Amino acid sequence: MKQSDFLKVVLPFKDKVFRLAKRLLVSKEEAEDATQELFFKLWKSKEKIADYKNVEAFAMTMTKNYCYDRLKSKQASNLTLVHSNYKEKDASLDKKVEYRDSVNQVHQLIENLPEQQKIIIQLRDIEEYDFDEICKMVDMKPTAVRVALSRARKTIREELIKKHNYGVS
Amino acid sequence: MELANIEKLVEKYLDATTTLQEEATLKHYFTEGNVAPHLQEYAYLFNYFAIVENEKFTKTIKLEPKKSKKKNLKWWSAAASIALLISVFIGQQQYKEYQQRKEAERIYAQVSKGLKLLSTNLKKGEQAVANLYTYENTVNKLLK
Repeated sequence: MKQSDFLKVVLPFKDKVFRLAKRLLVSKEEAEDATQELFFKLWKSKEKIADYKNVEAFAMTMTKNYCYDRLKSKQASNLTLVHSNYKEKDASLDKKVEYRDSVNQVHQLIENLPEQQKIIIQLRDIEEYDFDEICKMVDMKPTAVRVALSRARKTIREELIKKHNYGVS
Repeated sequence: MELANIEKLVEKYLDATTTLQEEATLKHYFTEGNVAPHLQEYAYLFNYFAIVENEKFTKTIKLEPKKSKKKNLKWWSAAASIALLISVFIGQQQYKEYQQRKEAERIYAQVSKGLKLLSTNLKKGEQAVANLYTYENTVNKLLK
Protein backbone atom coordinates (compact mmCIF):
# COMPACT_ATOMS: atom_id res chain seq x y z
CA MET A 1 0.00 0.00 0.00
CA LYS A 2 1.42 3.33 -1.06
CA GLN A 3 1.26 6.44 1.04
CA SER A 4 -1.24 8.12 -1.25
CA ASP A 5 -3.57 5.12 -1.13
CA PHE A 6 -3.25 4.98 2.60
CA LEU A 7 -4.13 8.64 2.98
CA LYS A 8 -7.12 8.20 0.71
CA VAL A 9 -8.45 5.54 3.06
CA VAL A 10 -7.70 7.22 6.39
CA LEU A 11 -8.12 10.93 5.78
CA PRO A 12 -11.94 10.89 5.57
CA PHE A 13 -12.22 9.95 9.23
CA LYS A 14 -9.32 11.89 10.70
CA ASP A 15 -11.68 14.48 12.18
CA LYS A 16 -13.72 11.78 13.85
CA VAL A 17 -10.63 10.28 15.40
CA PHE A 18 -9.57 13.73 16.57
CA ARG A 19 -12.96 14.53 18.07
CA LEU A 20 -13.16 11.25 19.94
CA ALA A 21 -9.63 11.75 21.25
CA LYS A 22 -10.53 15.24 22.33
CA ARG A 23 -13.68 14.03 24.02
CA LEU A 24 -11.67 11.57 26.08
CA LEU A 25 -8.43 13.46 26.63
CA VAL A 26 -10.11 16.87 27.07
CA SER A 27 -7.21 19.03 25.94
CA LYS A 28 -6.87 19.94 22.30
CA GLU A 29 -3.10 19.50 22.24
CA GLU A 30 -3.33 16.04 23.74
CA ALA A 31 -5.94 15.12 21.18
CA GLU A 32 -3.80 16.38 18.33
CA ASP A 33 -0.82 14.39 19.53
CA ALA A 34 -2.98 11.34 19.96
CA THR A 35 -4.41 11.68 16.46
CA GLN A 36 -0.94 12.04 15.00
CA GLU A 37 0.26 9.02 16.93
CA LEU A 38 -2.73 6.93 15.90
CA PHE A 39 -2.19 7.60 12.23
CA PHE A 40 1.42 6.52 12.63
CA LYS A 41 0.22 3.31 14.14
CA LEU A 42 -2.25 2.81 11.32
CA TRP A 43 0.48 3.51 8.79
CA LYS A 44 2.75 0.99 10.44
CA SER A 45 0.07 -1.67 10.31
CA LYS A 46 -0.91 -0.72 6.79
CA GLU A 47 -0.46 -4.27 5.55
CA LYS A 48 -3.14 -5.41 7.92
CA ILE A 49 -5.45 -2.57 6.99
CA ALA A 50 -6.01 -4.03 3.56
CA ASP A 51 -7.64 -7.04 5.24
CA TYR A 52 -10.07 -5.07 7.33
CA LYS A 53 -13.48 -4.53 5.87
CA ASN A 54 -14.12 -1.49 7.98
CA VAL A 55 -10.96 0.49 8.58
CA GLU A 56 -12.89 3.35 10.12
CA ALA A 57 -14.43 1.19 12.85
CA PHE A 58 -11.02 -0.32 13.47
CA ALA A 59 -9.49 3.13 13.78
CA MET A 60 -12.17 4.29 16.19
CA THR A 61 -11.63 1.24 18.39
CA MET A 62 -7.92 1.94 18.30
CA THR A 63 -8.55 5.54 19.25
CA LYS A 64 -10.69 4.53 22.18
CA ASN A 65 -8.11 2.06 23.46
CA TYR A 66 -5.24 4.44 22.90
CA CYS A 67 -6.97 7.22 24.81
CA TYR A 68 -7.77 4.86 27.68
CA ASP A 69 -4.09 3.96 27.86
CA ARG A 70 -3.12 7.61 27.79
CA LEU A 71 -5.53 8.38 30.59
CA LYS A 72 -4.14 5.55 32.66
CA SER A 73 -0.52 6.48 32.08
CA LYS A 74 1.23 8.92 34.34
CA GLN A 75 1.86 11.35 31.54
CA ALA A 76 -1.79 12.17 31.33
CA SER A 77 -2.26 12.50 35.06
CA ASN A 78 -1.50 16.19 35.01
CA LEU A 79 -3.80 16.98 32.13
CA THR A 80 -5.42 20.36 32.35
CA LEU A 81 -8.99 21.01 31.51
CA VAL A 82 -9.10 23.28 28.50
CA HIS A 83 -12.32 24.44 27.05
CA SER A 84 -12.47 25.90 23.64
CA ASN A 85 -15.01 28.52 22.92
CA TYR A 86 -17.31 27.42 20.20
CA LYS A 87 -18.23 29.92 17.58
CA GLU A 88 -21.77 30.31 16.43
CA LYS A 89 -22.48 32.06 13.21
CA ASP A 90 -25.66 33.90 12.21
CA ALA A 91 -26.77 34.93 15.64
CA SER A 92 -27.20 38.25 17.33
CA LEU A 93 -24.83 39.12 20.13
CA ASP A 94 -27.26 38.22 22.91
CA LYS A 95 -28.09 34.97 21.28
CA LYS A 96 -24.44 34.30 20.74
CA VAL A 97 -23.55 34.73 24.38
CA GLU A 98 -26.50 32.70 25.49
CA TYR A 99 -25.66 29.94 23.07
CA ARG A 100 -22.05 29.86 24.00
CA ASP A 101 -22.92 29.53 27.66
CA SER A 102 -25.39 26.76 27.08
CA VAL A 103 -23.08 25.02 24.65
CA ASN A 104 -20.22 25.10 27.13
CA GLN A 105 -22.65 23.84 29.71
CA VAL A 106 -23.48 20.82 27.57
CA HIS A 107 -19.78 20.26 27.01
CA GLN A 108 -19.20 20.27 30.75
CA LEU A 109 -22.11 17.92 31.38
CA ILE A 110 -20.79 15.39 28.90
CA GLU A 111 -17.38 15.82 30.49
CA ASN A 112 -18.83 14.67 33.79
CA LEU A 113 -20.34 11.48 32.38
CA PRO A 114 -18.64 8.11 32.92
CA GLU A 115 -16.08 7.29 30.21
CA GLN A 116 -18.21 4.69 28.55
CA GLN A 117 -21.26 6.93 28.23
CA LYS A 118 -19.03 9.72 26.99
CA ILE A 119 -17.76 7.55 24.15
CA ILE A 120 -21.19 6.31 23.21
CA ILE A 121 -22.72 9.80 23.18
CA GLN A 122 -19.82 10.95 21.04
CA LEU A 123 -20.18 8.09 18.58
CA ARG A 124 -23.93 8.27 18.32
CA ASP A 125 -25.02 11.88 18.69
CA ILE A 126 -22.01 13.59 17.18
CA GLU A 127 -20.52 11.11 14.74
CA GLU A 128 -23.89 9.50 13.99
CA TYR A 129 -22.78 5.90 13.70
CA ASP A 130 -25.43 3.21 13.68
CA PHE A 131 -25.73 0.84 16.59
CA ASP A 132 -24.02 -2.10 14.91
CA GLU A 133 -20.90 -0.06 14.33
CA ILE A 134 -20.91 1.35 17.85
CA CYS A 135 -21.24 -2.15 19.30
CA LYS A 136 -18.16 -3.21 17.38
CA MET A 137 -16.17 -0.13 18.34
CA VAL A 138 -16.81 -0.34 22.06
CA ASP A 139 -17.11 -4.11 22.15
CA MET A 140 -20.49 -4.15 23.89
CA LYS A 141 -23.86 -5.79 23.32
CA PRO A 142 -26.55 -3.68 21.58
CA THR A 143 -28.79 -3.59 24.62
CA ALA A 144 -25.91 -2.42 26.81
CA VAL A 145 -25.11 0.33 24.34
CA ARG A 146 -28.72 1.47 24.31
CA VAL A 147 -28.94 1.47 28.08
CA ALA A 148 -25.75 3.50 28.39
CA LEU A 149 -26.87 5.95 25.72
CA SER A 150 -30.30 6.39 27.26
CA ARG A 151 -28.75 6.97 30.65
CA ALA A 152 -26.34 9.54 29.26
CA ARG A 153 -29.04 11.44 27.40
CA LYS A 154 -31.34 11.49 30.39
CA THR A 155 -28.58 12.67 32.70
CA ILE A 156 -27.63 15.52 30.41
CA ARG A 157 -31.24 16.59 29.97
CA GLU A 158 -31.98 16.54 33.69
CA GLU A 159 -28.87 18.55 34.46
CA LEU A 160 -29.73 21.06 31.76
CA ILE A 161 -33.23 21.53 33.14
CA LYS A 162 -31.81 21.93 36.62
CA LYS A 163 -29.35 24.59 35.52
CA HIS A 164 -31.92 26.34 33.39
CA ASN A 165 -34.43 26.52 36.25
CA TYR A 166 -31.84 27.83 38.66
CA GLY A 167 -31.05 30.53 36.17
CA VAL A 168 -34.68 31.59 35.96
CA SER A 169 -35.61 31.56 39.62
CA MET B 1 -43.02 19.02 11.84
CA GLU B 2 -45.85 19.05 14.35
CA LEU B 3 -45.08 19.38 18.00
CA ALA B 4 -46.82 16.19 19.07
CA ASN B 5 -44.65 14.20 16.77
CA ILE B 6 -41.50 15.90 18.05
CA GLU B 7 -42.53 15.17 21.63
CA LYS B 8 -42.96 11.54 20.77
CA LEU B 9 -39.57 11.43 19.10
CA VAL B 10 -37.97 13.12 22.10
CA GLU B 11 -39.34 10.40 24.36
CA LYS B 12 -37.92 7.75 22.08
CA TYR B 13 -34.67 9.69 21.94
CA LEU B 14 -34.31 9.57 25.71
CA ASP B 15 -34.89 5.81 25.64
CA ALA B 16 -32.25 5.51 22.92
CA THR B 17 -34.68 3.83 20.56
CA THR B 18 -34.70 6.46 17.81
CA THR B 19 -33.20 5.65 14.44
CA LEU B 20 -30.50 7.79 12.91
CA GLN B 21 -33.09 9.27 10.61
CA GLU B 22 -35.36 10.23 13.48
CA GLU B 23 -32.43 11.77 15.26
CA ALA B 24 -31.67 13.79 12.14
CA THR B 25 -35.26 15.03 12.23
CA LEU B 26 -34.84 16.09 15.84
CA LYS B 27 -31.54 17.76 15.10
CA HIS B 28 -33.13 19.67 12.28
CA TYR B 29 -36.08 20.81 14.37
CA PHE B 30 -33.99 21.94 17.34
CA THR B 31 -31.35 23.79 15.38
CA GLU B 32 -33.82 25.65 13.20
CA GLY B 33 -35.01 28.01 15.95
CA ASN B 34 -38.73 28.23 16.85
CA VAL B 35 -38.39 25.65 19.56
CA ALA B 36 -41.31 25.09 21.92
CA PRO B 37 -40.34 26.61 25.31
CA HIS B 38 -40.82 23.39 27.26
CA LEU B 39 -38.32 21.66 25.00
CA GLN B 40 -35.70 24.38 25.22
CA GLU B 41 -33.06 22.14 26.85
CA TYR B 42 -32.99 19.97 23.74
CA ALA B 43 -32.19 23.01 21.66
CA TYR B 44 -29.04 23.52 23.73
CA LEU B 45 -28.15 19.87 23.39
CA PHE B 46 -28.63 19.59 19.65
CA ASN B 47 -27.00 22.91 18.95
CA TYR B 48 -24.01 21.70 20.87
CA PHE B 49 -23.90 18.54 18.76
CA ALA B 50 -24.24 20.56 15.57
CA ILE B 51 -21.31 22.76 16.53
CA VAL B 52 -19.02 20.08 17.82
CA GLU B 53 -19.44 17.77 14.87
CA ASN B 54 -17.81 20.40 12.67
CA GLU B 55 -14.63 20.56 14.64
CA LYS B 56 -11.69 19.64 12.44
CA PHE B 57 -8.24 18.25 12.85
CA THR B 58 -6.30 21.10 11.32
CA LYS B 59 -2.76 19.78 11.50
CA THR B 60 -1.34 17.75 8.67
CA ILE B 61 -0.65 14.13 9.32
CA LYS B 62 3.02 13.30 9.04
CA LEU B 63 3.95 9.73 8.35
CA GLU B 64 7.72 10.01 7.92
CA PRO B 65 9.65 11.75 10.73
CA LYS B 66 8.71 9.33 13.42
CA LYS B 67 9.94 6.48 11.28
CA SER B 68 13.49 7.80 11.20
CA LYS B 69 13.27 8.31 14.91
CA LYS B 70 12.42 4.66 15.19
CA LYS B 71 15.41 3.79 13.05
CA ASN B 72 17.59 5.89 15.33
CA LEU B 73 16.26 3.94 18.24
CA LYS B 74 17.27 0.73 16.51
CA TRP B 75 20.78 2.04 15.93
CA TRP B 76 21.04 3.15 19.50
CA SER B 77 20.02 -0.24 20.77
CA ALA B 78 22.55 -1.91 18.46
CA ALA B 79 25.28 0.41 19.69
CA ALA B 80 24.30 -0.21 23.29
CA SER B 81 24.41 -3.96 22.87
CA ILE B 82 27.83 -3.80 21.22
CA ALA B 83 29.14 -1.62 24.03
CA LEU B 84 27.78 -4.09 26.53
CA LEU B 85 29.44 -6.96 24.72
CA ILE B 86 32.80 -5.20 24.64
CA SER B 87 32.66 -4.25 28.28
CA VAL B 88 31.76 -7.80 29.27
CA PHE B 89 34.66 -9.09 27.21
CA ILE B 90 37.13 -6.63 28.70
CA GLY B 91 35.80 -7.28 32.17
CA GLN B 92 36.28 -10.99 31.72
CA GLN B 93 39.83 -10.50 30.48
CA GLN B 94 40.69 -8.36 33.44
CA TYR B 95 39.15 -10.83 35.81
CA LYS B 96 41.25 -13.56 34.29
CA GLU B 97 44.39 -11.45 34.66
CA TYR B 98 43.53 -10.77 38.25
CA GLN B 99 43.01 -14.47 38.90
CA GLN B 100 46.37 -15.26 37.29
CA ARG B 101 48.17 -12.69 39.38
CA LYS B 102 46.61 -14.08 42.51
CA GLU B 103 47.65 -17.59 41.56
CA ALA B 104 51.22 -16.45 40.89
CA GLU B 105 51.39 -14.74 44.25
CA ARG B 106 50.18 -17.88 45.94
CA ILE B 107 52.81 -20.00 44.20
CA TYR B 108 55.52 -17.48 45.00
CA ALA B 109 54.57 -17.54 48.69
CA GLN B 110 54.66 -21.33 48.71
CA VAL B 111 58.05 -21.50 46.98
CA SER B 112 59.63 -18.90 49.25
CA LYS B 113 58.29 -20.73 52.27
CA GLY B 114 59.87 -23.95 51.01
CA LEU B 115 63.17 -22.23 50.35
CA LYS B 116 63.20 -20.70 53.81
CA LEU B 117 62.63 -24.13 55.33
CA LEU B 118 65.45 -25.51 53.25
CA SER B 119 67.85 -22.74 54.26
CA THR B 120 67.18 -23.13 58.01
CA ASN B 121 67.74 -26.87 57.76
CA LEU B 122 70.94 -26.30 55.79
CA LYS B 123 72.18 -23.93 58.51
CA LYS B 124 71.52 -26.60 61.10
CA GLY B 125 73.55 -29.05 59.01
CA GLU B 126 76.41 -26.55 58.69
CA GLN B 127 76.46 -26.10 62.44
CA ALA B 128 76.68 -29.82 62.91
CA VAL B 129 79.50 -30.09 60.37
CA ALA B 130 81.38 -27.22 62.15
CA ASN B 131 81.08 -29.11 65.43
CA LEU B 132 82.43 -32.14 63.74
CA TYR B 133 85.46 -30.17 62.53
CA THR B 134 86.18 -28.89 66.03
CA TYR B 135 85.99 -32.44 67.30
CA GLU B 136 88.39 -33.69 64.64
CA ASN B 137 90.85 -30.87 65.29
CA THR B 138 90.88 -31.63 69.00
CA VAL B 139 91.39 -35.33 68.35
CA ASN B 140 94.29 -34.58 65.99
CA LYS B 141 95.93 -32.32 68.57
CA LEU B 142 95.68 -34.97 71.21
CA LEU B 143 97.03 -37.70 68.99
CA LYS B 144 100.08 -35.66 67.88
